[in-house]
Formats: sequence, structure tokens, C-alpha cells
Amino acid sequence: MTSNKKDPILVVLQMTGAYDALNTFVPYSDPHYVDYRANLQIGPDQVLAVDDKVGFHPGMDQIKDMYDQGKVAVLQGIGYPNPNRSHFRSLDIWHTAEPERMAPDGWLGKAIRDIDPNKENILTAVNFGRGLPRALAAPGVSVASIGDINNYGVLTGIQSTEKRSEALDIFARMYAPMIGSGPVSDYLSQTGLDVLKGADILKTAPETYSSSIEYGGSPLSQWLKSIAQVHLADFGTRVFYTGVNPGTFDTHANQSVTLPKLWADVSTAIGDFYEDLKEHNANEEVVILLFTEFGRRVQENGSGTDHGSGGVAFVIGDAVKGGLYGEYPSLEPEKLDSGDLQWNNDFRGTYATLLEQWMGLDANPILGATYEQFDFIK
Amino acid sequence: MPENDVALMGHLMRRAGFSAQYHELEARAAKGYEETVEELLNPDETTHGMDLDLAERYFIEWNHHIRCVPEYIAFRMINSKSQLEEKMILFWHGILCHTDSKNQSQVASHAEWEMLRRCGMGSFKDLLIEISKDPAMVYFLDNCLSHKDAINENYGRELLELFSLGVGMDGEFNYTEDDVKECARAFTGWTIANGIPPQPYGRYTSTFVFNPDDHDEGEKTFLGHTGNFNGEDIIDILCKQPATARFISRHIYDFFVADEAQVPTWMDTPPRDPETIKMLEDEYFRSDYNIRSMLRVLFNSDAFKNARFARIKGPIETVIGTLRLAGEWTTPKPGFEAIFEEMKHMGQEILNPPSVEGWHTGRDWIDGGTLVRRINFIADYVGDVSYPGIGDMVQRLASEGPTITPEGLVEGCLRLLGHYELTEENHQMLVNHARDSGVSSTDSSEFPRQVAEALQMIVATKEYLYA
Repeated sequence: MTSNKKDPILVVLQMTGAYDALNTFVPYSDPHYVDYRANLQIGPDQVLAVDDKVGFHPGMDQIKDMYDQGKVAVLQGIGYPNPNRSHFRSLDIWHTAEPERMAPDGWLGKAIRDIDPNKENILTAVNFGRGLPRALAAPGVSVASIGDINNYGVLTGIQSTEKRSEALDIFARMYAPMIGSGPVSDYLSQTGLDVLKGADILKTAPETYSSSIEYGGSPLSQWLKSIAQVHLADFGTRVFYTGVNPGTFDTHANQSVTLPKLWADVSTAIGDFYEDLKEHNANEEVVILLFTEFGRRVQENGSGTDHGSGGVAFVIGDAVKGGLYGEYPSLEPEKLDSGDLQWNNDFRGTYATLLEQWMGLDANPILGATYEQFDFIK
Repeated sequence: MPENDVALMGHLMRRAGFSAQYHELEARAAKGYEETVEELLNPDETTHGMDLDLAERYFIEWNHHIRCVPEYIAFRMINSKSQLEEKMILFWHGILCHTDSKNQSQVASHAEWEMLRRCGMGSFKDLLIEISKDPAMVYFLDNCLSHKDAINENYGRELLELFSLGVGMDGEFNYTEDDVKECARAFTGWTIANGIPPQPYGRYTSTFVFNPDDHDEGEKTFLGHTGNFNGEDIIDILCKQPATARFISRHIYDFFVADEAQVPTWMDTPPRDPETIKMLEDEYFRSDYNIRSMLRVLFNSDAFKNARFARIKGPIETVIGTLRLAGEWTTPKPGFEAIFEEMKHMGQEILNPPSVEGWHTGRDWIDGGTLVRRINFIADYVGDVSYPGIGDMVQRLASEGPTITPEGLVEGCLRLLGHYELTEENHQMLVNHARDSGVSSTDSSEFPRQVAEALQMIVATKEYLYA
């Protein structure tokens, strides 16, 4: 734990589709890299080098700037045993922190339960996007899941403001708990009322917010803006979750065209978000985890890359001790795992570090075991 | 047509199907309850009433079953007249489940779906044999990795725990760890030709093969019986167990009658309705494990007929039921993907249950995020009178007379939604709301909107979460 006076906040950004680790954090001077990536190579003149071996994708300049300021931990060679190359299953594994078997509960869902065991705050965790990722799901944990903060709540299809407010008034009365109606009905009542209350509270966030930062138009930028609004409105939210649409980073073809744009969007969004927090003196209490479900095949397929393993993740924030963590996986052909990077640090070690050293929680019960932690939190 | 009969038909079609529009309820009620039950229990190629040829030509990937399997599934659920057939596949899919996220083979998923169609209402013993030989399942539960000299217990265990006996009954365990091992030994050599997933060689069908060289021919002791058992022998023993009768009966009860406790608690939690469970168990043994016979006694029982609105609808039921009510997707057109997204965001993705246990049902369907999606999805459909099914409701109410009372409007809407019932307080609240909006004349240009508003308020109630 740092000496933060404010409660620590975790923002998780899921880069769905599996970004290409090799061209995200680039081993640009490795001769094998040049061999494997005849067409897709990012050369020394393009890479945003952090030393004479590795550097960021050229689209990631804001993230590189933050790296230079010591705010970015790069988790090299992150992965898990028996890598799975299915998007869905691999995301499940990251969501549930359980590579060996199918597990229903999310790691953050369990963390949220520990943060707010008595469910005192219906906004302890907020997700932006379509549908709740399994990472946030756990029995008895309620998470506000928002597509559009300016239009969140039930019966949003009713156009007339007056009609909708009448409808919500009736809704509130219909969901009022009734004595003797049983635990299931009580639970449904509570859920309905929580949704109403959450929507009521959340809609004030954009109203009270003002900032000189103009966010970009990408969905991620807009969601990070919403996260800034909710965070700055002080509702006590401790976990935020958002990401990019399924398949976004799934660059089987045309990678040299799409990847620069994708990273530029993400990097700009994160840079703007950080500047926005800073403008409001709220930058110190926020740490960002940026991850993807797996890495991509070392050998390019011509214009793109196929599913692989052994990835890279980033932890970003003022509280972060910037630098390189884990080892860059070897590119020597005999050290590859069926043509993929060999992972060398279990992603659950990063989760454990964030849960214990940042969020101040006991990681073992959440992750089901103890994992070796990094020291990337100041 | 007595309204009681239509109301009972509404109940039957919500449970034995994905609900139905009012005119269908009237027609089925006119035919008779028991006759309708028989019709639903005995589907065949000629009774589903769909133009599958047309749909196949539209969804061109259907006939290869490369992709679009969720489209195929949803299209049939929406449009088949053999509603119970489709509902039974969903029932088994939630129990004998696999996930396409692991298998990555819609070819195999489709083959399993059609096997469940073929065997879903026949002998439970045949079904267990078929699922044990089903390539999607053999791969999903790793039986293809179980060898004579190195057993993989995954299938052996789940067959006992999740497909037949359950962990325990009446506070006692149903099997031991040794039974799991012996069961897995009996299934060695039950494997597949052509691996799953199909990459990198393309799209082909995987088939079941028995490899005698990899089958453990040694003596096994399973649930107190000893012999050189093969998988069929194990299934034979399993089907004779009272625990299997109990387990299947509770699943049927949970899916068709009323929300039971969650499956993992069944060892220590007695059935909600022991008498009905006993009736189903008796029929299971009397009929030689025939699922159709169990459903027949169930649907014709008072326990079933009286259990109105005792289950929380699942997301697939909610989405398909809403589309059927609205009369949407009766012919193929683009944009089906959004429908699966809705189901997924409400917590139930076709072919991807969250774990080997399937979906947790009942109140577990509902949390803040899923509740918002569910209510808004239904409200957006019923609030749009340009959908044929919703337009029909307006017409029907208008055809009943030039004027309508607020009570008449609310009661009419509840009736046309399939005879839903609200608590007295909520009913009165909606009547008052209708009165405040000044409803009175059915030929006014405001009337369709007033109907739509009443429908939207009804589908937003707690009561409407149930079926």
C-alpha cells in the first residue's frame, strides 16, 4: 500500500482480440525478430525505443511518454500454464484466474465482495460496455454495467421525458419490497431499486463534470471519459472495467495498417484520461491494468499474425514503479512453444500484486493460491 | 373459448415452448389441452411447420454447418410449431453441456444439437449412450485423452456428477472416488476420429470410434457391481439407480415446473415438491426411463397446471419469447447476431454455458446489469406497434368496442401477453396510470401508444420476470 490518502482505484482495460505482443513491445534489435517479421517488422527508426533491445509500437507515444516518466510497468512474457489459443476460453481464464478448469466467478467479482462485503455502495464497481465481463461476476455482487452513461437505466426506450419519469416512478413503487413475499422477491426488489438508484446517482456525473481535455471519438476514449466523470463525481467506485469490442485486435490480416491505428486510439485515450485526472488532481489514486487474452504467432502469416501465446501487459499510474518486469521471451526457434513465445510469469502474479499491494486486499482467497508478486507498486 | 382454458394454454406454451401469441393459444385451447400435450410430445419432420429450405438458402453457411449454428438454433426456436422439441434440446444443452469456446467446432456442436433433437424425448439410457459417443462431448470432457494405461477421469466423473446420479441424495453421497476411476476405465477407448477443433486442416466432421486396443479389459467394480464393464454396462447400472431417477426428475421439475434449489445443493436440500418428484421417479422406472412418458404425466398433472409463474424465465426464453410475441424473425433476414448478443448480455450465451455445470437458474439470472438489459429489450419490442404481433394486440383491443376503461386496457394487455397476473397493488397502480393518461377511446390516434405504454409497464414488473 502506498501513502495515498484517497482509496486506491483500479481501472482494467481489456484489449479484446489478442494484440500482437511482438509488435506491441518490440524486440527490434533481435535478429530472429527481423527474420520472423519480414513484412511486419517495426524497425529501429520507427520503434519508440526504451533501450537498445526493446521499445513500444510507434502508435503508443502517450504510453511511451508515461513510461519515460516512470509510470509504466511492462509485464514481459506474461501468460499461464497450457496456453489456450481460443479467444473465448483464454478470456475466461483471465477473467476467472483459473486456467485448469471452468470456473464461474470472476477475480474482480470476488475482490469487489471483499471491498464491500455488506453491499453498502451499489457503485463499488462500474463496467462500461455491452454486457458484464465474467471478471466482474460473482454471486451476490452487483455491478453497474453501462453502455452509455447519458442514457443509463430501465425503460430508456420511452422517449418523452415526462412519460419516462412517470414510468420510473411507477417502477420504483412496483419494486418496493413487500412484507412476506419471500427472499427471491425481496432480492428482485432490491436489484430493481439498486438499478434505479444507481442510474439516478450516475446521471449526475456528466452534469457536475467539466474539463479542458477533449477526448477522441473512439469508443474507448468515450468510455474512459465516462470513467473519469464517475471517478471525479466521488461515488466511491473502486473498480472500473472497460475495453474494446471483441475481435478488435484480432489482426490475422493487414496488421501493418490496422495495428498503428488501434494503438494510437488506445494510447491517446489513456493519455487523455491521465491528463484529465491530473487536471482534477485525481491522478495519484488511479492505477490502470492493460491486458489482452494471448499473444500472437511469432512467425507472421504474410500480412498478419495468427493466434499464439506469451503476451505482454502494462500497469500504468503514478503509484507504479515504472520499468521492465518479467523477461522478454527468447525468440530462438528451439525456445519457442510450438511457434509461440514461451511465457515466463503467471498473470496471477500481476493480479496478486494489484490486489495486495495496490488495493490492500488479501489476494490468496481471491485467486485460490499464492503467487509470486512483483514490486511494481511504489 | 373459456378464458381459463386459454390461460392454461398460455402456461403450457410458456413451459413446453417459448410462449405463443394469443391467437395461437386460442387455437390450441380449442383443440384441447391433452391433445396439445400429445402433439407437442410427438413432433416429426412434418409438424414443425417451417420453410427450412428457404432459411437454408438465406443463411448459406447453415447447410455446411460451418457457422451460423446459433442462427439455426434460434430460427427454429422462434418458428417451429414443434415447440417442445426445441425446448427439450435447450433443456439437455443446459445439463449435458459443452462449450464451443473450448471445442471451436460448430460442425460438432450442430451434430450434438441434432442428436439431442433425435434422442431428447426418448429413453434416457439411449441418450446417455449417445452423449457418451458424441464427438463434441468426447472432446469437451477429454475422454479422447483417457487411455488404458493413463485414464483421464474427467468424463467418468461428470457422467456421474452432472449427467446421472448427482453428488448425493438425502444427505448421502451417491458414489465414491473409486467409482469415478472405475467408470473412467470402462470408457477408455471411447474416442474420436478427426480431432476437434478442426484447425488447421479445415472443416470436417468428427466421428466417434471405439478403439479396442486402448480399452481397459480388466475387471472393474462400480457401485457394488463387478465385471469387465464397458461404457454401456456402466450406463445400464447408472440408469437403474434411484439417485438417477431423482436427479433427472429434479432437473425436469426445475426446468418445467418451478425453480428448484441450485444443483450443487441437491445432496442436502430436499426437493421443493416431493410428491411431484415421486410421481416423476415412478414414471421413470415404469416407462423404462422414457423421458416422453415423464413429461406426459407431468404436463397432465395438477401440480404442473397450478404452478403458474413459479419460475424466473431464462434469457433465451426471454429473448425468443419476446420475438415470438412480436412476430419478428418469422422469415430470414440479416442482423441475427444482435439477438445472441442480447441473450449473452442477459447471461445466457447459446453453446457457451459458463461451466460444465451449465447455467445457474432462477434468481441467479438476475443482477443489476442483466435486469436492465432484459427489461429494456422487452420494453423496446412491446413498445413498438409496428411489429405485427404488437399491432395485433392493438387491433384486438380496438375491435372489442369503441371505448375502453383503464381496467379494460390493463386486463386486456395482460390477457394478450398470455394471461399474465400482477399483484393487486401493481395491477391497481397500472390502472391508475392508464386513467391518468386519459385512455377511453379505442379509435383515437393516441390509442396505440396507450396500449404500448401499458405493455411496457407490464413487462417491466417483477411478475413478468417469471413464466
